[in-house]
Amino acid sequence: MSTTLTPAQTDLVVGDPVVKKLRRRRIKPSRVILGIVGVIVSLIWVFPVYWMVNSSLLPNIVLQGSTPRWLPFGGSFDNFAEVVGQGTFFPALGMSVIIAIVTVVFCLLFAFLAALAISRFRFRGRKVFVLAVLLIQMLPAEGLFIAQYKLMGSLQLLNTVVGVSIIYIAAVVPFTIWMLRGFVAGIPADLEEAAMVDGLSRTQAFMRITFPLLAPGLVASGVYAFLQAWNEFTVALVILQENSSQTLPLWLRGFIQQSASRATDWGQVMAASTLVAVPVIIFFLFVQGRMTSGLVSGAVKG
Amino acid sequence: MTTAQETVTTAPRIPQANPRKKKFHFTPYALLIPAVAILVLALGYPIVWQIITSMQSFGLAQQFGQPAPFVWFENYITLFTDPYMWVVVGRSIAFCLVTAAVTVVIGVALALLMNAVNKAIRIIIQISMLLAWAMPVVAAMTVWNWLFDWRRGVVNYTLTSWGLDFQNHNWLQNPLSFFFVAMVIVVWMSVPFVAFSVFAGLTQVSGEVIEAAQMDGAKGFQRMRYIILPMIRPVLGIVLLLQVIWDLRVFTQIKLLQDKGSIASETNLLGTYIYQLGVGSSDFAMASAVSVFVLVLTIAISWFYVRNLLKEDES
Repeated sequence: MSTTLTPAQTDLVVGDPVVKKLRRRRIKPSRVILGIVGVIVSLIWVFPVYWMVNSSLLPNIVLQGSTPRWLPFGGSFDNFAEVVGQGTFFPALGMSVIIAIVTVVFCLLFAFLAALAISRFRFRGRKVFVLAVLLIQMLPAEGLFIAQYKLMGSLQLLNTVVGVSIIYIAAVVPFTIWMLRGFVAGIPADLEEAAMVDGLSRTQAFMRITFPLLAPGLVASGVYAFLQAWNEFTVALVILQENSSQTLPLWLRGFIQQSASRATDWGQVMAASTLVAVPVIIFFLFVQGRMTSGLVSGAVKG
Repeated sequence: MTTAQETVTTAPRIPQANPRKKKFHFTPYALLIPAVAILVLALGYPIVWQIITSMQSFGLAQQFGQPAPFVWFENYITLFTDPYMWVVVGRSIAFCLVTAAVTVVIGVALALLMNAVNKAIRIIIQISMLLAWAMPVVAAMTVWNWLFDWRRGVVNYTLTSWGLDFQNHNWLQNPLSFFFVAMVIVVWMSVPFVAFSVFAGLTQVSGEVIEAAQMDGAKGFQRMRYIILPMIRPVLGIVLLLQVIWDLRVFTQIKLLQDKGSIASETNLLGTYIYQLGVGSSDFAMASAVSVFVLVLTIAISWFYVRNLLKEDES
């Protein structure tokens, strides 16, 4: 802010009340306009999220009125009660939770071992492996789901937690290896060696010294894997075609499909969306920083 | 103990300066087994299956279990002589490029805005961006479907109240406005990532350099063009590349908008086209051929991204 001083002002003694006054008055009008633009942009961007929550609190009669109600006055949690009361929410929630947990556990385990290998050892094929991991990470599910569908069909794993989880783990493991590799490389191997000189075995040294230091990395990668599994739609759509094995995104899609017909209860649909979104938003705020830096770490030097 | 110490090179970044005779060590390979196994099972096998299947012919008989005959590249020839395929490819590429460009332009503008305003307003912008970014894609799609609802949607209401005739306007019927809606949604969801990444890049540009340029008489646009832009170019490149890759494979948004009741053949992009071929009409050979095409396209574009990441990793 102080960079806008003109030469005339710099002649005055800093801390002089006159300077302070001058500075305060010299808030540029352009800055005010930018501030206003910033607030307007924020409002536009947050509006869909707000509108979801707002509509979820209003009864359908109000939503079907000719003018929208911008604030949830007279709202209630009835829509939520009704959505949950339909009986399909909890099975879908259970399915999502189980798949996400299985994915996180195995993904972390596999990725961690691989990250250890590529950051602690030099071996033939290391470079090829890193390259392959990075390329695989870019493979789109949209280019593979037909084959994955046939694969799971022939393994009798369609509509099962195991079938979907296998694909999710494979989809998330590459980026998780890449993320964890950074964390493992950040812990000097000297620490372990020092512990080994002091008489710990290699395993003990690892468990007592390196592992605790890695905890933040594991948590961040775990949450990343969780979010991916929780939000995934394409593979779930193909592999989990039975209603009884729906995950939350598929369950929500059911509401959209219903909305193609006329009698949509938008209040309930928005309540359903809110139920799916809120835990994710909370989790997301938690790992956001790491995800950005992981993806562009090639470009931004910390 | 001793073997363990030999295998641990303290600084893996130093290229093998160790002249000691290299022994074959099993440990790193053992550590890679689980990850490699699952990747081979869930990605490797499907890729191979897809390549093979794309060279076979699937008809009605194959749906009843007959083995599919090999036809080599016939499917690809059929595919690339099919005008509809080119319509879908052209549509996908156009959608991807326009959406990625719009996303990056808006993202950079917002990053510059975040850099220019005071802290309180910056935090407001960041929070709203984070909320949009965190929305699960399917939840976001339900909200956007509601916003663009032709009967009671807020968008139609607002445009009508501004004096435009959007009463009961169905956005998803006309393919062009269908893709406009899809683009708005994709841009809304992807701008936060771009804005945050570019903003992170901008904070690396030191204020002193800008100040010096200002003293030398560089105007706002000149400062942007000759100082800020070159300094954030690496981030910009990567972000643009990622957007292109992500927007090329866009599936969920298109599929869920189609669900709302528009004609699929007029609004298909590559993802939904594969879905329609494979899951819809069980023509696995054609679906595989299109998938292989998508994979090759993605890998070709991704190559630059990966090379960039690796280069940075080596230094």
